[in-house]
Amino acid sequence: MLVSARRDNASIVCAAPPLFGFEQVTVDGLDLPRLDAATGTVPDDGVTVVVGPSGSGKSTLLRCCNRLEVPSSGRVLLRGGDVSGQDPLRLRRRVGMVFQRPTPFPGSVLDNLRVAEPGLDEVAAARVLEAVGLDGRFLARPATELSGGEAQRVCLARTLATDPEVVLMDEVTSSVDPAARVGLEALARNLAARDVRVLWVTHDLEQMRRLADHVLVVIRGRIAYAGPYATLDTAASPAVHRFLAAALDADDEEVGER
Amino acid sequence: MTDIGWAGLGLSGLLVAVAVALSLWRQLGLEASIVWAAARALAQLLLIGLVLDALLQPGVSSAWAWLWVAFMLVVAAWTVARRAPVVPGLFQLALAAFATSAVLTLGVLFGFGVFAVNVRTIVPLAGLMIGNSMAATVLVARRLVEELRDKRDEVEARLALGQPAEEAARPYVRHALRTALTPQIETTKVVGLIALPGSMTGLILAGVNPFDAVRVQAAVMYLILGSVAATTTVVALGVRRRLFTRDHRLVRAGKPEPVP
Repeated sequence: MLVSARRDNASIVCAAPPLFGFEQVTVDGLDLPRLDAATGTVPDDGVTVVVGPSGSGKSTLLRCCNRLEVPSSGRVLLRGGDVSGQDPLRLRRRVGMVFQRPTPFPGSVLDNLRVAEPGLDEVAAARVLEAVGLDGRFLARPATELSGGEAQRVCLARTLATDPEVVLMDEVTSSVDPAARVGLEALARNLAARDVRVLWVTHDLEQMRRLADHVLVVIRGRIAYAGPYATLDTAASPAVHRFLAAALDADDEEVGER
Repeated sequence: MTDIGWAGLGLSGLLVAVAVALSLWRQLGLEASIVWAAARALAQLLLIGLVLDALLQPGVSSAWAWLWVAFMLVVAAWTVARRAPVVPGLFQLALAAFATSAVLTLGVLFGFGVFAVNVRTIVPLAGLMIGNSMAATVLVARRLVEELRDKRDEVEARLALGQPAEEAARPYVRHALRTALTPQIETTKVVGLIALPGSMTGLILAGVNPFDAVRVQAAVMYLILGSVAATTTVVALGVRRRLFTRDHRLVRAGKPEPVP
């Protein structure tokens, strides 16, 4: 029931101005471009899942959103404003990012949160931790000794301490155990419910099904589909269908091997 | 003054013969290397002696000594750049670092009149300063590039939190500088206990009063310490500037672009 309500809501807000607009975004690589005139939009709503084969340019697309990467040509727009015209440091506090591998900094969890927000007091810090499902006792723990799942939650908390409008999540569950994965997925849905937009990169189609309001399919450096999750099966091009079918086979094999 | 004379030098060559004999006995195959090294050292020292002798003639302008210092700076920067090829544009950086350090350290020693400015002091002091700073300069440059490459995720996570490049790089710059400075600090701590430094040994052998030699040696140790700190800092900050863009991105260095 909850899921269907979410989908309806998604289709209504679809007409709103886009959160991100990609206009002919090209990023040069060593021989092939990593992004090749990628064009499409991310609606200003809920969770958008970015899927595609590995090496297709998903991460590069994400890194263009907070200017860790700069396109060789083309534009990236955040709510209509070209990100290249903005102060990158302020942009990165509006558009936070959590990486594939957890990146705890040396020091306590509190020290980690204070890298994001130097003036953060312990009460506020405990509140930020609560938002990612960790209790305040974690503040004193050495961040580099946490489990993968805990460390990834701390990284998300650190990002949330900057009070971002959007959080970019780049395959954040790929190096954590299944329980932690479920936890992080729930956190992404929570963020969306609190009006923080989420861009979630994954190659796992099951995860896409669990999370997506909207989907961006990236194939060979191009955006092959951008639209609601609900219409992915009907509206997508043959190339997208081929990718979905191939990825499903791969998933089945993975399950079979376990 | 102790003067061993040419005959004495020749007799000390017997010790090279000992090394060669040991190599032959144990079949080390190093005889040619030993003879070559000994001959080369003698030739280089004789050459330096000739040049110094010419420079120390009365009436020779100290400009020649400074020219020699400039030559040493270039050779040292070139050597450093060659030994750390992963670091982009290291030649210019190392040259700037050695020049800065020369101005700073020689400025103190000559500016306060610790040593008189003349040909006899300029070349050896500059040589000590440059020669002893090279290893640390190579170390700090390599170390910083490796740190920022190996901890790329961590650095980018800091940038993604809105930290400016200088701040995001600070822990890694600090680590690289500590790594490069520590050996010189350790050497300074044990000087006299374990090893008598070459220049002091030389002075004492040449007949100088030990306390005079000790004062010179201590000043030289401080010169080296200050110089190592100055060169490594200039190089570390320069490398940091080269590895980040103006818009606070970390560039990929020393390794081909990975496929995402």
